[in-house]
Amino acid sequence: MYQTTYHRASSVDEAVSLFGKSSEAKFLAGGQTLLPVMKQRLASPSDVIDLGKIKELQGVELSADTLTIKAATTYYDIMTNADVKKAIPAIAHLTSVLGDPAVRYRGTIGGSIANNDPAADFPAALLALGATVKTNKRLISADDFFKGLFTTALEDGEIITAVAFPVPAKAGYEKMRHPASRFALTGVFVAQTKSGEVRVAATGASQNGVMRVPAIEAALKANWSPSAIDSVNIPANGLLADIHGTAEYRANLVKVMAQRAVAAAG
Amino acid sequence: MGVEGIGARVVRKEDKRFITGKGRYVDDIKLLGMTHAHFIRSPHAHAKVKGIDSSTALKMPGVVAVLTGQQLVDDKVGNLICGWAITSKDGSPMKMGAWPAMAPETVRFVGQAVAVVIADSKNLARDAAEAVVVDYEELPAVADVHAAIKAGAPQLHPEAPGNQVYDWVIGDEGATDAAFAKAANVVKLDVTNNRLAPNAMEPRAAIADYDQAEEHFTLYTTSQNPHVARLVLSAFYNIAPEHKLRVIAPDVGGGFGSKIFIYPEEMVALWASKKVGRPVKWTSDRTEAFLTDAHGRDHVTHAEMAFDANNKITGLKVKTYANFGAYMSLFSSSVPTYLYATLLSGQYNIPAIHAEVIGVYTNTTPVDAYRGAGRPEASYLIERLMETAARQLNVDPAALRRTNFITQFPHQTPVIMAYDTGDFNASLDAAMKAIDYAGFPARKAKAKADGKLRGIGVSCYIEACGIAPSKAVGSLGAGVGLWESAEVRVNPVGTIEILTGSHSHGQGHETTFCQLVADRLGVPISQVSIVHGDTDKVQFGMGTYGSRSAAVGLTAILKAMEKMESKAKKIAAHALEASEADIVIENGEFKVTGTDKAIAFPMVALAAYTAHNLPEGMEPGLKESAFYDPTNFTFPAGTYICELEVDPGTGKTSFVNFVAADDFGRLINPMIVEGQVHGGLVQGIGQALLEHAIYDANGQPVTASFMDYAMPRADDVPSFNLSHTTTLCPGNPLGIKGCGEAGAIGASAAVINAITDAIGKNNLEMPATPDRVWRTIHAA
Ligand SMILES: Cc1cc2nc3c(=O)[nH]c(=O)nc-3n(C[C@H](O)[C@H](O)[C@H](O)COP(=O)(O)OP(=O)(O)OC[C@H]3O[C@@H](n4cnc5c(N)ncnc54)[C@H](O)[C@@H]3O)c2cc1C
Repeated sequence: MYQTTYHRASSVDEAVSLFGKSSEAKFLAGGQTLLPVMKQRLASPSDVIDLGKIKELQGVELSADTLTIKAATTYYDIMTNADVKKAIPAIAHLTSVLGDPAVRYRGTIGGSIANNDPAADFPAALLALGATVKTNKRLISADDFFKGLFTTALEDGEIITAVAFPVPAKAGYEKMRHPASRFALTGVFVAQTKSGEVRVAATGASQNGVMRVPAIEAALKANWSPSAIDSVNIPANGLLADIHGTAEYRANLVKVMAQRAVAAAG
Repeated sequence: MGVEGIGARVVRKEDKRFITGKGRYVDDIKLLGMTHAHFIRSPHAHAKVKGIDSSTALKMPGVVAVLTGQQLVDDKVGNLICGWAITSKDGSPMKMGAWPAMAPETVRFVGQAVAVVIADSKNLARDAAEAVVVDYEELPAVADVHAAIKAGAPQLHPEAPGNQVYDWVIGDEGATDAAFAKAANVVKLDVTNNRLAPNAMEPRAAIADYDQAEEHFTLYTTSQNPHVARLVLSAFYNIAPEHKLRVIAPDVGGGFGSKIFIYPEEMVALWASKKVGRPVKWTSDRTEAFLTDAHGRDHVTHAEMAFDANNKITGLKVKTYANFGAYMSLFSSSVPTYLYATLLSGQYNIPAIHAEVIGVYTNTTPVDAYRGAGRPEASYLIERLMETAARQLNVDPAALRRTNFITQFPHQTPVIMAYDTGDFNASLDAAMKAIDYAGFPARKAKAKADGKLRGIGVSCYIEACGIAPSKAVGSLGAGVGLWESAEVRVNPVGTIEILTGSHSHGQGHETTFCQLVADRLGVPISQVSIVHGDTDKVQFGMGTYGSRSAAVGLTAILKAMEKMESKAKKIAAHALEASEADIVIENGEFKVTGTDKAIAFPMVALAAYTAHNLPEGMEPGLKESAFYDPTNFTFPAGTYICELEVDPGTGKTSFVNFVAADDFGRLINPMIVEGQVHGGLVQGIGQALLEHAIYDANGQPVTASFMDYAMPRADDVPSFNLSHTTTLCPGNPLGIKGCGEAGAIGASAAVINAITDAIGKNNLEMPATPDRVWRTIHAA
């Protein structure tokens, strides 16, 4: 790791002001992505501003139709939160199969979506549930937030404060774990909104990061059941291929994980 | 056996310090004035080093020196050696290119060092390393054995034309051809034994400390065999004569073979510590470990097995290409030859065998012994062949094995090894019973109804352990003898120190070796300590690998104990005014048999040291040593059966049951043995399902971190169902065969046999990743 200066911010405003004062600052949340990258000397921020201890970025709130998870809430806290389990159990399940215990104790929802790894789990949940990303400046819909591999709509120095999930009628998430990293080799989140809209998002599959899967959405809209997906054709082109899975395999997984997610959603 | 004697499940003495984080590993050691080394490594698989400019780096803060491969040459430091000479079928010696510890002219794999920065801290060394400019001229590279032996392939070493190290044969070709000519059935199989990265929990590390006044070096290193390290470093590398070099291997966190070898880094650290006049420390990071720790396996094999009309095997033909990587590591040449082809008879009566092994250079990390070393490759091949044969001949796989088992011992195989004892039917029976083999068809049908493909796979392995009779390995080309030494030092108050040339890096010697003493003397193991891993304390030893520490190392201790006990008995007899022949040792006392006359062991020890009243002419003291050289290898064997389910939608494998019935001869501590089997099985399953060190066609490694290289985790493996059937090894007085490698040797075939049974297709490469299994299921 290169030399850097560590700051612990106690409020979002302080974090923003610290950011403005440094030449090349990075926000730090769980550090599960940023720190390994710094250790490998692939990133060399002049200043690291820790958001992890900011009170206003911690916790979960549930209203009648919205589950709000603050940005610096860890996966473990999300996984064990009673409101999460009650309102959107699929999110609790998603966090329970994310990474390993060490990652779940430290990693945060805000860090995950800010990073937008093409195989991360949470982006699929946000996209399928039609969530809204709240920042210190504005509200951004999930559809507008994810902009391809490791790219988001966030501006320089903008801080995610929370994610607001509309409580769905039904939702499910199933994931084939990458055998080494445990990211999603492919994961599919399916949701049916209270107004009957069906949204399906796949992660780990596309070369462009998290994606909606219109063909499966259409099939499920017509018939919310695993078998409705049997005849859907997912083309392999444009999908990721690496030593752990060919594009054809991932195309298959998009279908199979979607079917299992529907079964889990009930 | 006593509560702490042979056969007792004694809790490991060493675990208190390991579990509480109080172990002392090389990286825990800090010396006054210590500097830190950071190696500059090639990013190219094959390139000429045109120049190294360290002028900027030398001016950076805390930098002590930047040393290059050319300076090693200038100082006449020797190249790394390969310690086992293999002769090709045409009578020529193996063809090797030089392996300098840092490359002065040509780099041949990604990660090979070209220079080293020595600085006041690790971070400063790393900072400066980024400022060293190495001018490379890239050369074409080759990573795959088949590509490497093609005409026109990039050539690694001028000494080895066609990238061929040797073309070695074993067995009787004429007899084998004759068997095939008469065969009723021939079964053919192509298999790849995937390349693995060893991944010990503790990465390699070294601290070299040169004492100018004494012209003496101390090396702390992560070694499985510190004496061999000292021997090689002094005999071949021109670092220092043996009496001027002390090698200490303190707590070592796993080795699996990868810490047997002498690597460039510790050599460079020694040389550098003299050059800079300060201690030099180097600790590998995980990526360096993936790039530079010797890899394992990497065979490509075609094999054919001939059967007569009664399904008896009549012949076996094998042709294997072994990928050695870019250089010949210390024992690499012996792995695909004498540790592999000599086990090709498996547990079976095979009248004629012929095997050819072609060793090939590629632009990849060097390959050497990794848990099992050659024997997993042999066992996997034979057990995949048996399964394939059973399917082709349409007979039950267990029954086909039974038809061909060796049942008479000793048994001379056609490939050197003479099996001393065994009962292969007994372990097969035990495993079949444990898994309810007979009930499998019903379970398979039920799984099918649930949409799952269920399979069962058998693997009957045999290995040659207790490595090894010095005379035998010497005649086969080994550069060392493979005996072991021990010394028993009884202190005046009766506590005992056992000095051993074996080295524990996870095996639990500090407990098992004490159990032998407890068993013989009836003293508690708390009164005994084991001293190992320091060339200043233990005179010489060959170290730990090849499941040799109990069969060879413990036998050496037994021999030294016998000498010590014989002297102690004389002292006791003298004190008790009895005849030496009447003295028996019981519960820590020396007794006159049939009487109540006795003297406690500490009193005997004290008498030996006060020397007030010793038998006429006896020297004072109570200390004896022994060297033990075995007469044969030992032959642990057993049966593993695995039952699993494959999810046809994803190709993912889930275990239902995994049973192991092993014959290790006598067990000293069954709990430790079980731990060894668990670890071995996990590595075997890791090879079968997850692990693969992959290079692209240009020799770039694509699995150089745990984010890409899949190590087995606890939830990837089942709970194991272990049992033992025992035939005592006649080759050593304790009847021990060894247990350190069995799991890794036998497990992978059981897994692949089970998956291929489940999916109904015979050809499936390791690792059987979900993607690969899914594609195999759905292939036309
Ligand atoms: C071994 C391992 C396994 C993993 N497995 C999985 C997995 O299965 N699924 C998965 O989804 N992920 C996985 N991850 C990644 C993990 O989820 C990370 O925690 C996540 O990508 C980043 O979250 P973090 O809180 O650790 O963020 P950090 O690493 O601290 O930060 C990541 C990036 O986000 C920025 N950032 C953080 N918080 C904010 C904020 N509030 N506003 C704006 N920017 C912010 C940072 O500046 C930085 O650029 C794994 C990681 C590891 C090491």
